[in-house]
Amino acid sequence: MKKLLLGDEAIAQGALDAGLSGVYAYPGTPSTEITEYIQASPLAKERGVHSRWSTNEKTAMEAALGMSFMGKRALVCMKHVGMNVCADPFVNSGMTGVNGGVVVLAADDPSMHSSQDEQDSRFYGKFALIPTFEPSSQQEAYDMMAAAFDYSEQQKLPVLMRVTTRMAHSRAVVEVKSEARKQNDMNYNAVAANWVLLPANARKRNDIVTAQQATLEENAANSAYNKYIEGKDKKMGIIASGIAFNYVNECFPAGCPFPVLKISQYPLPKKLVRRMCDECDSVMVVEEGQPFIEEMLRGVMSGNAEIKGRLTGELPRTGELTPDIVKKALGMETGQNFSSCEDVAPRPPALCQGCGHRDVYTALNEVLKEYENPRVFGDIGCYTLGFLPPYRAIHSCVDMGASITMAKGAADAGQWPAVAVIGDSTFTHSGMTGLLDAVNENANITVIISDNLTTAMTGGQDSAGTNKFEAICRGLGVAEEHLHVVTPLPKNMPEITRIIRDEINYKGTSVIIPRRECIQTLQRHLKEQKKAQEKK
Amino acid sequence: MKTDIILCGVGGQGILSIATIIGEAAMNENLYIKQAEVHGMSQRGGDVQSNLRISSEPINSDLIALGGADVIISMEPMEALRYLPYLNKEGWIITSSAPFVNIPNYPELDTIMADLNKMPNVIIVDIEQLAKDNGVNRSANVILLGAAQKALGIEYDKLEDAIRRVFGRKGDAVVEANIKALALGRAAQK
Repeated sequence: MKKLLLGDEAIAQGALDAGLSGVYAYPGTPSTEITEYIQASPLAKERGVHSRWSTNEKTAMEAALGMSFMGKRALVCMKHVGMNVCADPFVNSGMTGVNGGVVVLAADDPSMHSSQDEQDSRFYGKFALIPTFEPSSQQEAYDMMAAAFDYSEQQKLPVLMRVTTRMAHSRAVVEVKSEARKQNDMNYNAVAANWVLLPANARKRNDIVTAQQATLEENAANSAYNKYIEGKDKKMGIIASGIAFNYVNECFPAGCPFPVLKISQYPLPKKLVRRMCDECDSVMVVEEGQPFIEEMLRGVMSGNAEIKGRLTGELPRTGELTPDIVKKALGMETGQNFSSCEDVAPRPPALCQGCGHRDVYTALNEVLKEYENPRVFGDIGCYTLGFLPPYRAIHSCVDMGASITMAKGAADAGQWPAVAVIGDSTFTHSGMTGLLDAVNENANITVIISDNLTTAMTGGQDSAGTNKFEAICRGLGVAEEHLHVVTPLPKNMPEITRIIRDEINYKGTSVIIPRRECIQTLQRHLKEQKKAQEKK
Repeated sequence: MKTDIILCGVGGQGILSIATIIGEAAMNENLYIKQAEVHGMSQRGGDVQSNLRISSEPINSDLIALGGADVIISMEPMEALRYLPYLNKEGWIITSSAPFVNIPNYPELDTIMADLNKMPNVIIVDIEQLAKDNGVNRSANVILLGAAQKALGIEYDKLEDAIRRVFGRKGDAVVEANIKALALGRAAQK
């Protein structure tokens, strides 16, 4: 059966067809659509596949390990920076190994379309001794899910599947199976000696998994996903990983004259790489992301081939690949006819008209005018756009949750006013522990949890803490008289500014929760209501 | 057969529904399709684009190379100009004439129109007005699709069939409005 699927959707369908029992994820561009697809899937519903959003990537990874412990197949999805949040359970899952298959899907975002850095998740796979798959097309992404789950169970290790933005967010026709594999039954095969990572146990596991690397590499050398494609012209060989393989082929419509080594499964098969280095005068390494293969090559080559790539300047050191960048690296001309139009103005993203975050920043800016050196620590979400004009309201945005903890550190250093601005979903993802630190020392900070009742930036997914924020803050020890809820609307400006001013002047930890639904989800909900009424 | 298309506009203008109809028509013809979309932060009122490639032969790259696009379909006149380096020599621009002004330094509309009219193959349609005048307010983007039909190299009937399939579950009234919009667009072609 043929389906037109986003890369993300092909991954989701592939996982379902591989007998998935649960997906665990926190929304993050470009990975969000995988979980959304499973949430909407009739097959998933029929089979009772778990698909509710997790509070963060760490809780997601750990829940998946629990499902695997009981013998079932679990998928964990996240954007690349989510790998940092779940790094602890991810790296240690290399030590525990798995019972039911586990695939960890990391969607990298080279060129940072929607991210704060360009980290390449393949390093995590190598670091954690976990085999890594990197599909080159939507079809391969679909096929690889079944292969990855099988491989995970065969090797008793999780598999890391790495994709990038252009794979995740591009549609193609994918041939899918007409029938899904049966889900695994629950079993008690998980061995406590593997899963209790006391040093004595972990040392044994470390020896086993380290020794297993040779097998994993041999399997990668023989993998159907890694291909050595012959070419007559040995002046150059090309190593292309993941979707970079497509860009190389795009440059040669009549077929590539040079030998090409396609890499989609790691550990890097040194045998195939050596063959290319022995056969060719030079080797061009084309990979999306950081020079992961290229750096390794410089340590494994035995021939005389000159290695070219991102480290030697043929390809740019950073940023996403494009067909034109690859063309240039291969010494070909671009086909550009028209130059850029000078009259076109940049159009950066902005907070929506009517968005509650706007009113929060308007009020905050008005109050902070009264202080000499206020500092506002921002966080990750739509409200990061408060950095741009007209608000220019925040001074930092580092990682999920860092607003509260950085404000605390700044206050420890003597800064006042120190204000943290964090969204509802980001607060439950990684802000709660930081707030506990602040409360325990009654740090002199004002925390604004701008609650729009959703995870807005990724498209309006459910937010884990909705309706629970006052209770969470109280539970963490925020004093009742310094915990406020307001409705961010222009007509409430006098009340909101008064509360912000009072709480900044209070010497201790306070929390203000401006709460109003995201304008995007509100419109969607009103439409749904109207439809429901029409049906009646 | 091979057509490389850039769909563009401002986040929220509905370029992806045009892509859905073209994709549906192409898939029904057993063509290969690749469609790279932009999701995430830039959707919030920023410039957005989608690379849509359809071909009778397998397609490699998800992205269109510089000078490779056969058609630029734009929901906004300045946004059409943003992608000129991607247009091939004989390529077509099909754009809405209505500016979407959400930035303080939006250029004079006359300048934008002059730049557009300098291009060899361009169709500028006031889709908002046309939609309003003909009572198909919510199908302005489909008028644009109709105006791009020849440039796309897809038979008119195939697009009409695709509309029936895409909008079928929304009821006959929605289907008919979109078919009317497509016809309005066709009439606006040169």
